[in-house]
This record gives sequence, structure tokens and C-alpha cells, in this order.
Amino acid sequence: MTAPTPFEVSQATRTSRVAGVIAIAAVAVLAAAPLWAGRADMRLLSEIFTYLALASLWNLLAGFTGLVSVGQQAFVGFGGYMLFAIATFGGIHPLATVPIAGVLGAAVAVPVGILIFRLSGAYFAIGTWVVAEVFRLVFAQISTLGGGSGSSLPVAVVRSIASGRDLREWFTYWCALVLVIGVLALVYGLLSTRRGLALTAIRDSEVASESLGIDIWRTKFLVYIVSGGATAMIGALIFLQKLRISPDAAFSVNDWTAYVIFITVIGGIGTIEGPIIGTIVFFMLRETLADLGSIYLLILGLVAILIMLKSPRGLWGFVVERFGIELFPVRRRVQVGALQGEGKAPREPG
Amino acid sequence: MEWINAIVQGVLLGGLYAMFATGLSLIFGVMRLVNIAHGDLIVLAAYLGLVVLEVTGPLNPLATLALVVPVMALIGYVLQRGIFNFTLGKDILPPLLVSFGLSIILQNSLLEIFTADSRRLTAGALEVASFPMVEGVDIGVLPLMMFLTAMGVIALLQFVFYRTAMGRAFRATSDDPEVARMMGLNNRHVFALAMALSMAVVAVAGIFLAMRTNFDPASGPARLIFGFEAVIIGGLGNLWGTLAGGVVVGVAQTVGAQINPGWQQLAGHVVFLIVLAVRPRGLFPRIL
Amino acid sequence: MHDPILAVSGLEAFYGDFRALQGISLEVGENEIVAIIGANGAGKSTFLKCVAGLLANAPGSILFRGEAVGALSADKITARGIALVPEGRRLFSSLSVEENLVIGGQLGRAGRWSLKRIYELFPVLAQRRDLPATSLSGGQQQMVAIGRALMSNPDFIMFDEISLGLAPVVIKDIYAILPAVISEGTSALIVEQDISRALGIADRFICFQEGRVSLAGKPGEHDRAAISAAYFGM
Repeated sequence: MTAPTPFEVSQATRTSRVAGVIAIAAVAVLAAAPLWAGRADMRLLSEIFTYLALASLWNLLAGFTGLVSVGQQAFVGFGGYMLFAIATFGGIHPLATVPIAGVLGAAVAVPVGILIFRLSGAYFAIGTWVVAEVFRLVFAQISTLGGGSGSSLPVAVVRSIASGRDLREWFTYWCALVLVIGVLALVYGLLSTRRGLALTAIRDSEVASESLGIDIWRTKFLVYIVSGGATAMIGALIFLQKLRISPDAAFSVNDWTAYVIFITVIGGIGTIEGPIIGTIVFFMLRETLADLGSIYLLILGLVAILIMLKSPRGLWGFVVERFGIELFPVRRRVQVGALQGEGKAPREPG
Repeated sequence: MEWINAIVQGVLLGGLYAMFATGLSLIFGVMRLVNIAHGDLIVLAAYLGLVVLEVTGPLNPLATLALVVPVMALIGYVLQRGIFNFTLGKDILPPLLVSFGLSIILQNSLLEIFTADSRRLTAGALEVASFPMVEGVDIGVLPLMMFLTAMGVIALLQFVFYRTAMGRAFRATSDDPEVARMMGLNNRHVFALAMALSMAVVAVAGIFLAMRTNFDPASGPARLIFGFEAVIIGGLGNLWGTLAGGVVVGVAQTVGAQINPGWQQLAGHVVFLIVLAVRPRGLFPRIL
Repeated sequence: MHDPILAVSGLEAFYGDFRALQGISLEVGENEIVAIIGANGAGKSTFLKCVAGLLANAPGSILFRGEAVGALSADKITARGIALVPEGRRLFSSLSVEENLVIGGQLGRAGRWSLKRIYELFPVLAQRRDLPATSLSGGQQQMVAIGRALMSNPDFIMFDEISLGLAPVVIKDIYAILPAVISEGTSALIVEQDISRALGIADRFICFQEGRVSLAGKPGEHDRAAISAAYFGM
């Protein structure tokens, strides 16, 4: 018998504390962007924020919960249309409609989830796509929202956002910044809770988590609804920036799901850092290769396939494996004071 | 009478959807793989037919099958051995994401080569040939051929699956790949054969699709979805059920379009969702 | 002893970091029946999987008729004349009885066993040839599993826990028929938890404990206490 070794369970690492300080500084700098960035830069940054948020949410679903959706564009488009509908016909301040779109998005995720949770695994994925198609086709039938050709946000509504174009763009920029921070905090917070740890357990072994008494269905369902609501908020913001909406743009698989999947896969699926790395890589590639048009998508597809085959945990997974760094550790690490316990290998059925 | 007509046309259209679906159903049955690029491969087959016709000059598009079927089967075999075999395992993410990536690659490659213009394979007199079934209901020769071909394809697959050594290998490998390996079945090869067979069906479906309607590089996902709906409505693992599922989707679409032209696709999806709500295991779940 | 048909030396096997076999060495002679006994987790099934080619090994650690077969894949092993009746039978559930048997013979080694001979050995299977294999009773399923292995006409056949989950009377029947199954020219390895069953049929026995050989000998050579010590490690 060896004496019990002193150990402590901690989630934070030294690297993660440093990263935390850097993150706070970065947020401060980004919040001050109107002071140092031009209009085009701020637009690009907003777009980066929205993609980072979308990718983090998709990663929460697929990477941590095992719910692979290729239909998140349903919630992006739904949120966008809710913004247009409520701001135009409800007379509510457009920025205030963003959270409302989130609530409605979560609400619509409930019946949708109940239906498609009847499909498992890969069929779930295609089921989400069908739902997104239904949303697109339904909104294309609503003539007050422009039908198939879409509509623009009325000038009066646009003016009501803020006095002056600069201020309006600043508002939407800050809104995007707040949203992405909110989403990252949500994902991190969710994964740090008991339920979040349960999620990781689901991903690692459904049987194990079942025996731990974790209600898998309810946990997955909850995550689906939360991410649906958050995705709808991002959708509302995206179309608040675009000022124009149409069914094809709102429910585009390429824009709101393909890119998002590639970002997550390239960065590292199932890690919080992955979408961040992926977004940076994605926009760097895009800024250099965008002229190539469809070739750009083709290259992204190839890169994603290669990564999935060769390094399924993506670029970040590679970094972690190589250097053992984690910026946002969601795994509890057990730090053993003195490593002297004689490790007895677990028995395998022979 | 126009309602009866809509239903009849929908039944015939269902044959095409069943062909979209059987390839999907086949590979899911053998290796639990859901190929998101399935629809894009159907469109690829259509473009292959187009290329063949451009080389050979005016021919009946069905004649291109002689070339398109083996080429698609070969593509399927190579895809499986070169890519999909490396994604199979307990985790469903790799096959899903790899086939999704493949879908994007195919769409954009076709876009680069053939532009976004929509194309069609013209079948001359066959396109408009029809005969009256009853007053007000004309049966098109091409749609009827499509439906009969679907029945033929399913009967053939059923035969291959339950009466041949290859089908036995498919079933054995699907049941227990490890023991199957002891029996001399190389599962990589068996899976590749299944994919090749699936792509042969895809080739037939693609050529019929191209004769029936316009297609463009972005036509694939909708075909995947129609096929998928037919599989789920029919019940997983039941090929004749899949034909019934295809008919349900087809009829829903033509009847929906009869009510309002904008509701064609929507009606198909809604019927699918209703079936999912009421009978999640499909109308004809696998009988074993 | 004649030249061994199977010679294993220093065989190791791993599940991840766990070393399930820690250097097993043993031999099986021509026409010999050897029983491997041992507690749960001793590595018996792992050993059979290694020989059958289901787990990869160092090429030279397993010699079959003097040739290194450790690195060969399972189908090549079967083609060389080694067959395994796996634990839990593992019949193909979507295949009929006859299809299960036919698939066992599809590597086409020539020999005494044919569908006809199998049906003569197990007449009940002939009556149920078209039924799904897994619809049969446990004992009949075990017959199919044995028949499937025989169909490859092996020179060396391995049985993994064939009595597991069967009623005593059925086990008795199966063991009664084993001598006919392992008839002339065939050697066998039998893994069994039921020691008396195993010792009753075997020429020799080998006891495994935590991935090592803890005892070997002929039935009756060692007393109960020695076997029990080798078995449980106490």
C-alpha cells in the first residue's frame, strides 16, 4: 500500500491565466476600434466576430454534444427575418430586436428539436438540412417580407438605429463584439458546469455517461435550444449589418454552415480554441484567395478533408498534442503532488 | 381530374426519387455511412452524360449509360478506398464532415468547369411522348420508363443483396467485419464494392434526372434531401419501402404544386416531417 | 513430441497501454488437443485472437508449420489452415444458417469438410438451413459456428469458450461431438473456463495468469491445489 498522494483538482493552468489577461486586454483594444480602425476594417472585424460566434456554437453542438447539424442556417435566417419583421412592423428599436430574435429562435428550436431528435447520427444532420429548407421555402412565401426576392430594411428603420452612419456602424460593431464575447463565455461557462462536464462525458462515451445517471437526451436538447437561440441572435445582427435580406442569402448552406464547419474542422473540433484559430486561418486565407472565387471554397473543402483524415483534432489539437498548452481548459486536471503510486493497469477482459 | 393527374405524375416522379434513395440506403446498410455528397454525385453523373453526348454527337441520352455507369462505379470504388474507408469507425463526425467537404468540392469543381448555367440532356421525341391513361390523365413515356427502371433497379439490388456471393459479403461485413475478415472478406474491398454499386445506381438516377429536368452544379443537395426523405419515410433498410417513400415524396410535391406552384418542394418536406412526427421509424420499418 | 504445428514464442499483445499478453511461449503438436485454462482476464481470448490474425503481432512470434505468420491478416491466416470458433459464436445475423456455413468455406481450401459433411455431422442444421442463423437455439448456433469454422478445412482449429451460456445438457452434447470435429490430421486449442470439461478432452493443458503461462502439463499430472494456484495466483 502506498500512502495517499496529495493532489489538487484544478481547471486553470498558468498558460490559461496568462491567456485570460491577454484576452481582457484584447477586448479593450477591440472595443476601442472606432478610435483606431477604418470603416472597412470594422466591417471585417464584425464579420470575423460573427463567424467566430457561429463556429463556436456549431462546435458546441458537434464537437461537444455530438449533434452534427448542417442546418444551422435555419436559425441564422430565422433570426434575420425576425429582425426585419419586428423592426419593420413592430416599431421596436432594431438593436432591441436582436435579443428578441434570440428568444424566438430558442422557442422555434423546441418543436424543431423534438422532431429531428427522432433521427440519430448522420440522419440527424440531413434532418436539420430539411428543416432549414422548410424555413427558406416558407419565408419565400411570405410576401410582406419580400417573398422570394427579399426586401431591404426601410430607411426610417435604418435611421432609427442611430443618428448618422458612423454611429450606426459603431453600434452594430459593438453589438457583434458583445455577442461574440457572450457566446464564448456561454460556451466556456456551459462546458465548465457539471452539465458541461456531462457533455464531454457524452462525447467520450454514451454508455459511461448513461451509467453516471446523466440524462443525455435532455442535456443534448437543452444545448440544441440554447445554440439555436444564440445563432438566431447572430443571424439578426448579420442582417442588421447587411440591411437587406432574401431567402437565398438568409438560409445559405455555404455561408452559414459550410464555412462554419470548415472553420471549426480546420481549427480543431471539440476544443474551445479551435474555432478561434480556425476563424483566423479562414479570414487570412480568404483575404489572400478571395479572388479565386469558387476555387477558394474548393481549397477549403480539400483542406478540411485532409485535416479530418490526418489530424482530426485540427490545428489546435496538433498544438495541444505537441506542446501541451490549453488556453481554456475545460477538462479537470488532477495534479498529483508526488508521482509514486504504483500504477496498476486496468483489467481487460481476456 | 387534374388532381388524379397530379397524383399519377407524382407516383411516376417517385420512381426517380427512389433511385436517388436506394444508393444512399445501400451504403448506409452495409457500412453505416451517410454520404452527404450523394446528391452532388448524382449531378456529376448528369454532367458525365453531357460530356459523353458532346463527344459522340446526338444520341439518346440513355445510351450514355453504357459509359456513365461503369465510370461512376469506378469513381465510387476509388472514393471509398481512397477516402471513405479511412473515416469509418465509431465516431460519426469524420465520414459526415469528409463527405460534406467532398460535396463542396464537387459543386465548385462543376461550377468551374461547366459554369452555373443550367443544362439538360435532350431526349428528342421521347421527352414529349405520352399516351392517355384515362380522359385527362396522360402518362409520359419517359416518366413511366423512369418508374419501371426504379422498380428494376430495386429488384436487381434485392437480388444482388440476398442471392449472390457479393450480397452475402455485404451482409456479413455489415454484421461483423472482424469475423468477416477471417472468412476472407477484406472489408475495405467489400465496402468499396458497395460504394461502386451505389454509384452505378447514382449514374442511372443522374441520367434520368438530366433528361427530366434542368440541372446545374448546385442541384445536388436538393437531390440528396429528396432521396433522404424517401429513405426515412420508407423505413431504414427496406428497399421496396424506399420506393414507397419516393412515391410519397413525389405525390406530395406534385399535389403541392397543384395547389400553389411555390409549394412543390415545401409540400414534400412537410409530409416528410409529418411522417417523422407520426411514424419516426418510417411507414415500412425493416422486417427481420 | 513431433514437430509442432504451432509454435509461439514471447508473444505480447496490447490494448492501448495495457499489456494483455506478457510474453507467451507455447507449442501445439500435430494431432494434439491442448486446452488453455485461466481466470477471466488472463489473456486466453486475446491469445486466440493473436493466432487468428485479429490482433497484429511481431511476425516471428507465431510460427505455423515453421513459417512466420504473426503479421499476416486474418484472411491469410484462414487460408493457411487456421480457424477460430469465436467466443459468443458471432454468427452473421442477417445470413441464413446455410449462408453462414457457405461463407466459412469461401476461401476454398480443399479437404474433407463440405456442406454435405457438416449437415451429416449436425442433421438439425440441414432442417433449418434457410432460417436466419440467430433464430436458432444457443446450442444449434454453436453448431453453426463450429460448422462455419470447419468449412475452411482447417488443419488447426481453435475453440473459444464454446460452453459459455449453454445449458449443461447442451454442453455435454457439444463436447460429445468434438472428437469427431477434431478428427485425424487436425490439431486444436480449446479455451475453456470449465476446467474439468477442458481437461476431459485435452491431451495437455496450459494455464494462463495475467498474461503469462503459469502452469503446463498433462491432465492428472498436477493436483487440484497446484492448478488452483496457477489459476487464481494465490
